[in-house]
Amino acid sequence: MKGFILSLQSEFYKSRKTLGFWSAIILPVLLSLLVFLVMYDNSAKLAPLPGMMIWRAYSGAIINIMGVLLPFFVIFVAYSINSVEHKADTWKTLFSLPISKWSVYAAKYFYTVFLIFVCLLLFLLFTIGTGNLLGMIKPELRFADFHMEWALTQVFFKLFLASLGILSIQFLLSLIWADFLKPMGIGFVCTISGMFMVGLNWEYAYLIPYSHPMQAMVSMMPHVKGKGRDLKAEYIVNIFTKELYVGLIVAVIVFIAGYYIVQRKSVK
Amino acid sequence: MVIETKGLTFNFGNQTVVKSLSLQVPEGSIYGFLGPNGAGKTTTIKLLLNLLKTQEGDIKLFGLDFKDHRKKILSQIGSLIEQPAIYAHLTGKENLVNRALLLQIPESRVDEMLTLVKLTAAANKKAGNYSLGMKQRLGIALAMLSDPKLLMLDEPTNGLDPNGIIEIRELLIRLTTQHKKTVFISSHLLGEIERMATHVGIINFGELLFQGEIKELQSISQPMVLIETNNTVDAANLLTKNGYNVVEVKDEHLTVTYQSKEKSAQINALLNQNGHSVYSLHKVQKDLEKLFLDITQKPAK
Repeated sequence: MKGFILSLQSEFYKSRKTLGFWSAIILPVLLSLLVFLVMYDNSAKLAPLPGMMIWRAYSGAIINIMGVLLPFFVIFVAYSINSVEHKADTWKTLFSLPISKWSVYAAKYFYTVFLIFVCLLLFLLFTIGTGNLLGMIKPELRFADFHMEWALTQVFFKLFLASLGILSIQFLLSLIWADFLKPMGIGFVCTISGMFMVGLNWEYAYLIPYSHPMQAMVSMMPHVKGKGRDLKAEYIVNIFTKELYVGLIVAVIVFIAGYYIVQRKSVK
Repeated sequence: MVIETKGLTFNFGNQTVVKSLSLQVPEGSIYGFLGPNGAGKTTTIKLLLNLLKTQEGDIKLFGLDFKDHRKKILSQIGSLIEQPAIYAHLTGKENLVNRALLLQIPESRVDEMLTLVKLTAAANKKAGNYSLGMKQRLGIALAMLSDPKLLMLDEPTNGLDPNGIIEIRELLIRLTTQHKKTVFISSHLLGEIERMATHVGIINFGELLFQGEIKELQSISQPMVLIETNNTVDAANLLTKNGYNVVEVKDEHLTVTYQSKEKSAQINALLNQNGHSVYSLHKVQKDLEKLFLDITQKPAK
């Protein structure tokens, strides 16, 4: 356990100067800032909306963009955390430290999970924060009339859970292959296929982890035909869906399989 | 014995890289592990560190087995394998701090190491911008950070300038004589090993060809007397007639097996009395370089 915690600290120390780490912070900052500016510019159009609708419009814009970006972000972070060792040729040093291989491996994995979590947590905080800020600067936008902190927390938590399947697969691919193209190429192709599967409403899409973030988005923000008072403005969040179980099972299996691969991995 | 292997064998595919290796590295020694490039030195070191899985044979470090004592063994070893493994995006100091964090070593030790390998001035530069020699020194600092009982260094003087090589050599000698450390150092340069090693193992094509104290290696190679004269052929004939063992005759000089100081003087007198001009006559202490070549150039079986 001590080795695990030490390795986790070391992961932070090593990664804090890499793009992988900073992207977890920059992505939510930039995206919420962008939506903030667009909404600020269009405040006249948005002014008639009631509080609930304005929150829905504001957060929906952020969630729509980041939901599409999320799988790619996961692919990139999984690559980045492993490439630190590939580039420096440090696997041999990591595995000749008096720390168990299990601790080294698990710490790397959970640090990657942690970065995804931090990224989504920041998205939540910045969505709420910039929304309220916009409400203060432009009081005619009725952000203050409604609160959806809890609903947004659930939305981002759901997206976090939906990314775990992809994460574990990509982590393993990036661990095995030192180069950039293989894990990235496979990840991109699978993600785009996953999006199509959801788009085409394929009934077994839930079995493919790469389709999970998109599935989560579609289920939380159903398209409602026709506008007006009937439009469902609130998010519908069901955490415990069958794709969540598939994602978690895949994550656990791949995580354990990865450990055996690491164990058997001779450092050449 | 700090390192002891028995019948260690390793294959990459159907190519045998290490053949039935039995190493014996005593405590407090500087063990020079010599062999040309591709002889199996790095593979052996990786086997010793358990980075490669042992296929056949047995390895004991500090008398312990890797199976049950992995952590205990590794906590007493510092290693530098091939090119030093350094995070290029971190500074030299950060590389050491990161390792200190993992090994729970106080940060003061980091500064000590930087001073030791003379990197204090460059401590806050990105390690990616270091020269090869600086990287090598940082690698050595990383290996020594935990003050390990055993240092395993794979070609540590690669890329160092002559001054750097001398510094490393003196450091290693100091570590073993004053601090009772053991150093296992691989190299393809006999001259380098000769200057510091107490024990030598010579490997080629994965086979251990010689193992023992450096003195034993020197005793295998007989001293010679090298003589420069005006006519080497006649001189050689004269010496042979008088019962001396002439080993080699060249235009410039001839070599005779060394027997004793008195005999060397007699050779000189004999040549002078017979009208030969002796330009120089001296004992060639050893010719390890040649011996090394003889040993390692045996064709592969």
